[in-house]
This record gives sequence, structure tokens and C-alpha cells, in this order.
Amino acid sequence: MQKSLHIDPNKCTGCLQCEMACSWEKYQSFTTAKSRLKVFSFHHEGRFVPYTCTQCDEAWCVIACPVDAIRLDPVTGAKIVLEPTCVGCKVCTIACPFGTINYVAQTGKVQKCDLCDGAPACAKACPTAAITYVDSDWTGLDKMRQWAGKTDTNPATV
Amino acid sequence: MRHLIIGSGPAGVVAAETLRKADPAAEITLLCGEAGPPYSRMAIPYLLKGDIAEQGTHLRKEVDHYDRLRIRLVTGRATAVDTQARTVSLGQGAPLPFDRLLIATGSRPSLERVPGIDLPGVRSCWTLDDAKAILDQARPGTRIVQMGAGFVGCIIMEGLLSRGVDLTILVRSGYMVRRMMNATASGLLRSWCEAKGVKILTHTQPTGIASEGGSLQVTLKDGRILPADIYLSAVGVDPNLDFLQGSGIEVAQGIVVDANLQSSVPGVYAAGDVAEATDCLTGKRQLNAIQPNAVEQGRIAALNMAGRPARFKGSFVFNVLTTLGLVSSSFGEWQGVAGGESCEVLDERRYRYLNLQFDGDRLIGANTVGFTDHVGALRGLIEGRVRLGAWKHRLVEDPTLIMQAYLAAAHSVA
Ligand SMILES: Cc1cc2nc3c(=O)[nH]c(=O)nc-3n(C[C@H](O)[C@H](O)[C@H](O)COP(=O)(O)OP(=O)(O)OC[C@H]3O[C@@H](n4cnc5c(N)ncnc54)[C@H](O)[C@@H]3O)c2cc1C
Ligand code: SF4
Ligand code: SF4
Repeated sequence: MQKSLHIDPNKCTGCLQCEMACSWEKYQSFTTAKSRLKVFSFHHEGRFVPYTCTQCDEAWCVIACPVDAIRLDPVTGAKIVLEPTCVGCKVCTIACPFGTINYVAQTGKVQKCDLCDGAPACAKACPTAAITYVDSDWTGLDKMRQWAGKTDTNPATV
Repeated sequence: MRHLIIGSGPAGVVAAETLRKADPAAEITLLCGEAGPPYSRMAIPYLLKGDIAEQGTHLRKEVDHYDRLRIRLVTGRATAVDTQARTVSLGQGAPLPFDRLLIATGSRPSLERVPGIDLPGVRSCWTLDDAKAILDQARPGTRIVQMGAGFVGCIIMEGLLSRGVDLTILVRSGYMVRRMMNATASGLLRSWCEAKGVKILTHTQPTGIASEGGSLQVTLKDGRILPADIYLSAVGVDPNLDFLQGSGIEVAQGIVVDANLQSSVPGVYAAGDVAEATDCLTGKRQLNAIQPNAVEQGRIAALNMAGRPARFKGSFVFNVLTTLGLVSSSFGEWQGVAGGESCEVLDERRYRYLNLQFDGDRLIGANTVGFTDHVGALRGLIEGRVRLGAWKHRLVEDPTLIMQAYLAAAHSVA
């Protein structure tokens, strides 16, 4: 069975170990700004919400790409950006309604979570198990609900 | 079942692939109006810049992609559709028969009507052949006078300048990319381009183009004459519909389609730039000439053609544009609606701008300049008609909190 990242914002303390791990895994530098997973802080509520691509079934990014630069990894189910093919047009960044594929000015290409070949560095690094890598068979919407830890998500958003 | 698709742009190619998945036994023919493998017009700016070779513009990279999916590619232009006999003529040779037809012929440049527009040095930048012709001719110092600073006019500038050409842009209104940007965003683009050495003449247009001694003379409204090696017309596009005359297929601005993307003739569908479908924000039928819309419509039309009812939920216009390195984007009703509210932040010096438009507590449109992070959430919020509740006021105070607002309002995480 394929696995997916499961996020429980209730357990997140905002320590940013995941962002550091992601940036180290992909760029060999501890630069949270480069992380493909982001922890959003909600100051009013005192909450932290880790968030990244859910590898959704609809894969808007994949079908919008004009040069076929985002491919499906059949083993992990991840949608992976092929950097040499990407022309940096950014159409995927506005097609993904979750805001989880982003342009990187330094490379002129986009980046997104690729599940680290089935061993996501963020999940390994999270000290509170707010991010785990678990068996899944749910669809994009279900993943989103899972993400949110709630079931009253506005279905019209997916 | 014989499926025929006219046009091998993104709409046609995605439709052919979807048909194959949905109907393994079907006969699928893709009529390509241009020579060579199907390509994406969107990749042209990167070909001009030299970032990619021609192969990099191809919609699919594996050489045997279409063979493997048993999609038959035929090169030719449709000249007429006979909806009674259910055939498409190519002007020569035997007509192509179909049981189901998809029209995905996209659009073509709408040339301004001025004397001399048919001269050899006058070009557009819409097809791969156009781009190759420009590349052949553009050398350091080549004088290009470009009419129009819309989306395409802006996105090709970097490629042109990378060739060292001398670029002058004529803008009829006062205002660049006026179909997708408000005055503030447009003004930022203009000063950015001027700072990079592009000459921009506003409130002007050519009254005639003449050929003299191997170069062109472009006469402007105010009588000025600009010498040019290339006159580049980039004033907009019109859907490719000519060959539908007499077919009985209903046409307004584009091919009129219902929620299944079927035209007025049963079994005949349309998708992409050529289709006039419902806009999910205004509820009105309109053309929507953007790539994400083309692929989505190609997919939905194909499902219906394969007998799997699928509804097109409607689309809206959203676009991301890079003008000489400055990234801007435009979503939905960026002009706002009557009775709506808006908020914005502007940092002129750093070319950063964000404008949000609301209707009640829903986001309905946005313009951004210099912001690229998580912009997809703007689509999520607008298309999902997400009620922002208390987050609307927080956004009004700080429009940059888009992603937080999205997570809180659309996914109830905070
Ligand atoms: C330089 C440039 C940059 C662009 N950048 C962007 C961008 O960043 N984002 C974005 O969203 N959009 C962009 N676009 C627009 C985008 O390319 C179009 O919206 C998209 O190509 C539409 O896809 P389509 O399949 O409907 O039509 P097209 O891609 O136009 O394909 C139509 C096909 O039909 C063929 N055809 C036409 N008439 C006939 C006929 N009679 N018989 C047979 N075949 C025929 C054509 O040759 C073509 O192959 C850009 C366009 C250009 C030119
Ligand atoms: S980046 Fe967005 S559209 Fe692409 S797979 Fe992830 S969630 Fe889906
Ligand atoms: S930015 Fe790259 S991956 Fe995204 S759509 Fe453009 S070419 Fe494809």
C-alpha cells in the first residue's frame, strides 16, 4: 500500500526541525526558507500548522505543466518535478489550489515535496510525531481532511 | 467508436490521452495543424531565451508516446466540418470520418488592421514557426517595433532582449497588460521594463507600415516614423473558427458549449481557447484562453466523448506572467465587483504589490507583483468560494496572510 504524510497540527510545537531536515535533504543546507514543507504560525491561536503537497489524485500541477516536467513516481505516488525539463513558467504554481508547489528564484524552477523516495526527512526529524508517514488509500480531499484533523472541510475547495 | 480531434495543442493532446484511458478499444485520430510533434505555445518564451531547444517545447517527451497509446497523428488543416455526413475535410485527399468530434483548434493572433500588415517583415509570436523565424532574424541591434504589451507581448520580451535586439513597444492604451492587471500593477511593470532599457510609447498606434530599402518604416498616429527590421504584432488573439462556416455548429465569440462541453450538434465537442464555456465566477459564457483551462476542458470533453458523463464546473481566468524577470499574477475578478471591498499592500521600490478583491467574505480576485509563494491558494480560495469569516478582516489588515487564511478558512485548521 502507498504511504502518505499524515500531519497532526495539534502535536506541532513550531520547532521547525522538519523545515531544517527538508532543506538539508534537498539542498544540504539548514535554510528553512528553502524547505518544501512549511510550518505556518497562527499567532492569535498560538497554533502551528505544518503543510505541504498531499500528492493529490487530481494533480492539477501535473496536467497544467506545458512541457511534461512533473511525473508520477509509481512506487511512492509522489508527483516529482524533473528540474532539467521544467522551464520555470510557474503555471503549476497557480494551478495547484493548495499553494504547495512554489517557484524558486535561485534555480528558476519550481519545487514541491517528492516524499524523499519513500523516506521523508521531515517525518524522521519531527520529535513529536506531528508529521508521520503512514499507509494510506484516501483521495486528495480525504487527505486534506486528514491534514486538518477535522471533517467539516469545505468540499467546494477540492 | 471513431474519435477525431482537430488540433494538437494541450487541449487536443490531453483529450486524446484521456480517451485512450477511458476507452481502450477506441480509434483515436489527432489532426495536427502544424508540422512536427505536438508542442506547447507556452514554452516559446523559453525557446527564444535559449533555455531549451525545440524538443523542450514538445508536450510529451517520449518519441513513441502517441504510438504507444495508439493515437494516430495526421498532419493537415481542417477546412470544413460536415455534421450530417460526419466527416472533416482537409482541403485535399479523403475526408476524415468520425463518430465523435472534438474541436480544439485554439486561437490565432488577431492582427491590427493597418496598411502594410501583410508585409514580409511583419510577424507575430504565436507558433513555433513564428518563434523560429524571429530567432533567425534577431541579432544584436536588430530593431524590433512591437505593437501591444498584453500577456504574450510581455512574456516574450526577455527572450527578445536576450538576443541583444533594440526593442520599442507601442501601447495603444496608457497601460500594459490591461486585461489582467490593475493600474498600479501595470505601472510597476512599466517602470520595471523601462529600467531594463525597453522603450515604451503609450497612447499610440501605427497608422501604416511601409517597406523601404530592406527595412520597415512604421508610421505612428502622431506622424513619427520608426525604422524597424521586424514589426511584431502582439495585440491579442481570436479563436480559430473559420472552417466551421456552414457546419451548423453554433458559434458566438467561440464555439458555444454546454456543461458537458458539447456543442449545439450532438457528438461534437469543443475544448480550450476555442470553446466558449461558463465562467464560474460571473456565470456568463466566455472564452478563457489559458493553458490550465485548455487541459481541464480537454479532459472533461474526452470523458463525455467516451460515454462517461462529466461536468465542467466552469473556470475562471488566472495567469502568471514573468516580464523580464518580474513575476506577476492575476486571478478572477481582479477589477473587483460593485459593492465589493478590496485591500492592498504596495512596496514600489522593491516592485512588490498585492491586491485582493472581496465580495462579502469571499475572495473573488487578486493581482500580485513580486509575490510567488503559495499563490495557488488564491485559486483555491476563489474557486472554492470559501467563506473567510473573521479571516477576511485579518486579510484586510495584512493581505500577505493568504496562506494562513486559506488553511484556516478552507481547511479549518486554526
Ligand atoms: C508565447 C506564448 C506564451 C503563453 N504563455 C502562457 C502562460 O504562461 N500561461 C497560460 O495559461 N497560457 C499561455 N499561453 C496561451 C496558451 O498557450 C493557450 O491558452 C493554449 O495553448 C491553448 O491550448 P489549446 O489546445 O486550446 O490551443 P492551441 O495550443 O492553440 O492548439 C491548437 C492547435 O490546433 C491547430 N489548428 C488550428 N486550426 C486548425 C485547423 N483548421 N485544422 C487542424 N488544426 C488546427 C493548431 O495548429 C494548434 O496545434 C501562451 C501563448 C503563447 C503564444
Ligand atoms: S502540488 Fe498541488 S496539485 Fe500537485 S500533487 Fe501536490 S497538492 Fe496536488
Ligand atoms: S514551472 Fe516547470 S513544472 Fe511548473 S508547469 Fe512550468 S515547466 Fe512545468
